[in-house]
Amino acid sequence: MSSKYDVLVIGGGNAALCAAISARRGGASVLVLEAAPKFYRGGNTRHTRNMRCAHDAATEILTGPYTEEEFWEDLLRVTGGQTDEVLARHMIRESKDILNWIVEQGVRWQPSLGGTLSLGRTNSFFLGGGRAMLNALYLTAERLGVAVEYDAEVTDLVIEDGMFLAARLKRPIKGETEIRATSLVAAAGGFEANIEWLKQYWGEAADNFLIRGTPYNRGSILKMLLDKGVQEVGDPTQCHAVAIDARAPKFDGGIITRHDSVVFGIVVNKHAQRFYDEGEDLWPKRYAIWGRLVAAQPDQIAYIIFDSTVVTSFMPTLFPPIAGQTIAELAGKLALDPVALEKTITEFNAAVRPGTFDHTILDDCVTEGITPPKTHWARRIETPPFLAYPVRPGITFTYLGTRVNKEARMLMKGGKPSANMFAAGEIMAGNVLGKGYAAGMGMTIGSVFGRIAGREAAKHARN
Amino acid sequence: MHGTRILDEADRLMTVCNSCRYCEGLCAVFPAMEMRRAFSDGDLNYLANLCHSCGACYVDCQFSPPHEFNVNVPKTLAVARAESYAAYAWPRPLSGAFARNGLVISITAALSMAVFILGFAVLNDRGVLFGVHTGPGAFYKLMPHNAMVALFGAAFLYAILALVMSVRAFWRDIGTPIGGRADGGSIFQAIRDAGELRYLHGGGVGCYNEGDKPTDRRKLYHHLTFYGFLLCFAATSVATLYHYLLGREAPYPWWDLPVVLGTLGGIGLIVGPIGLFTAKMRRDPALLDEYSYGMDVGFIAMLFLTGLTGMLLLVLRETGAMGPLLALHLGAVFALFITVPYGKFVHGIYRFMALVRYAQERRSEAGS
Repeated sequence: MSSKYDVLVIGGGNAALCAAISARRGGASVLVLEAAPKFYRGGNTRHTRNMRCAHDAATEILTGPYTEEEFWEDLLRVTGGQTDEVLARHMIRESKDILNWIVEQGVRWQPSLGGTLSLGRTNSFFLGGGRAMLNALYLTAERLGVAVEYDAEVTDLVIEDGMFLAARLKRPIKGETEIRATSLVAAAGGFEANIEWLKQYWGEAADNFLIRGTPYNRGSILKMLLDKGVQEVGDPTQCHAVAIDARAPKFDGGIITRHDSVVFGIVVNKHAQRFYDEGEDLWPKRYAIWGRLVAAQPDQIAYIIFDSTVVTSFMPTLFPPIAGQTIAELAGKLALDPVALEKTITEFNAAVRPGTFDHTILDDCVTEGITPPKTHWARRIETPPFLAYPVRPGITFTYLGTRVNKEARMLMKGGKPSANMFAAGEIMAGNVLGKGYAAGMGMTIGSVFGRIAGREAAKHARN
Repeated sequence: MHGTRILDEADRLMTVCNSCRYCEGLCAVFPAMEMRRAFSDGDLNYLANLCHSCGACYVDCQFSPPHEFNVNVPKTLAVARAESYAAYAWPRPLSGAFARNGLVISITAALSMAVFILGFAVLNDRGVLFGVHTGPGAFYKLMPHNAMVALFGAAFLYAILALVMSVRAFWRDIGTPIGGRADGGSIFQAIRDAGELRYLHGGGVGCYNEGDKPTDRRKLYHHLTFYGFLLCFAATSVATLYHYLLGREAPYPWWDLPVVLGTLGGIGLIVGPIGLFTAKMRRDPALLDEYSYGMDVGFIAMLFLTGLTGMLLLVLRETGAMGPLLALHLGAVFALFITVPYGKFVHGIYRFMALVRYAQERRSEAGS
């Protein structure tokens, strides 16, 4: 027994819902299979808050223009050129229209949030955050007649010769264990929550990674597609990883466990040694590098150390800093060698040159004579209480994916486009993001390619 | 940490929310929170009273239950809000009235109505009580106007005194760091925000009550109730002016201002409370502060009774039912007045003061 839809969408986040809505508006019957329970629906979308779209003029919520060319240059810079220019430029062009299209689907914008002024010109923020955005998309999809099933895990895809035929379900839906559809949109995300898979590339270190999204982002659909002949894209070790509080839960800690206090102090590893220039770059460019830096340290743990003079310089944190009246006391609480920590801080303090501190620009507060140097915002750590945040790598999403063309159509090994399989969102983000990240890009990829995939999938189903 | 467990929980949530801030655009609570890094009891009581319980932040929150962070801001602030009424109540010994408020209100209402009925019966003979009275001064055949004014004036003045004392304590407690007197601009802003229930709107999406769809109509019912109440109050005030300035005695003809105002207000006071009560019955238990159920329903019931007895009195005032109905209506109004400082009525005053404080903070932030 099996039922047949025009378009089957696997996944439940931004890309999946944009695809479902766009396919439904294109006249197709659509079923969305979300593997997670209803509360956890939407994968990483539930933790997002904004989207980067090109626009030629300021709007009610955007403080100035952000041209296609500037977007392209930003993308080129963060990826170091590891991007598919044709696809990327296509996405950037399409992103302009998404600003309005997504509003037509019920999503509301608001000006950039407090503490994110640097994104006020380039990024549009969702009123109420990513879950509010998802809620709006689900309401619209359901109003349009899209069928949605939760706890609907797909265990196998029946694909013949690059042609999708059916999806097999773990749990029967209305008595059926197989869903047939004329077109498939795979929008089921990356494999960031699949520790075993991460270990293939990272080894045992992956056991110490914290996963910022739900445990449902296991990449099972991605794996099935790659196993069944879809062409792979992206470096499997590449992922978006930030330094998050080591006290955060293993999964789904979301945005609130992040730390952005690196520039206000120093970062040491478990041997109380510094290992990277804490003053290299401004937020948000520095934000996305510290996860990987900590991942490379022994036991994947590090400590941001600062003193009481800077406590109010950054956003309040979920977990309070760990405090000590002396460096030795702090070291004791962190289980670091007190002598080593005192030596590191003494040497650092001695290397700090006088300068005019300004954390909003690349200022002239530098160190001299230590390795690694701190090239901006270097100030002595000397006013007790001394404070620390323990941090670990927090994995947001992975870049390994399925190769697609401008129609969001998957390409098979050998380069032949699939007859009826499309992909959108994280599962194909690696086409555009070879490495690096710029805030809000994940959602741009999701909405733009989701909309395209849905449209093309519906078109295929009609023909 | 704080005086009560609910304030501890509110503090925990505000710490979570302050490191997220996704809900910043939904209402006044989150921008006010962002102006702080730590939260005193006064801060939390301020935020609790700023919250209009639109439910949007619960539906939008990625950390609401069943997530282990267990973030439920509307419910936590609702409980904290109710507890704040008791914490600031004057005089202190009467703060206990909030604990079993539904019972207190219903007993007060029942006693008050019974006393009026008995009083009418004892002081008037049966012929007068069940008689048909028409024309100016008809009501005062049952209870002399001066007695009515003395009784209700005293109840009204007491209510105002108790309210002023309670709200003063609240205002002082939420005063830091701005302190000082409220400026005219902030008060005007707060009048507008309260008058249109600006923050009962989910930031523009609408409010949530029964589930995850923004279908809530409490804003409409609240407008009907609140403006109905104001119209009834205006009717009474106009009638008092008629009485003392123009020497015209109630009852007035149907087309006269006090009756027109009272009729419109009465309709609001009947329809609005029914809507609010129905919405409360349907409210998602996750959002409902069940501890305040009695207080909320008690207040809704008092407003409804006031509206209903008033309207019945208007319709049947030229029949023999006028006497008993007048007693019931006066009993309801009297009970409403004397319980004003010790029931849900205070939510309007506290929230208004919180809105004034918020307007002040916004102005001072914009100015700095």
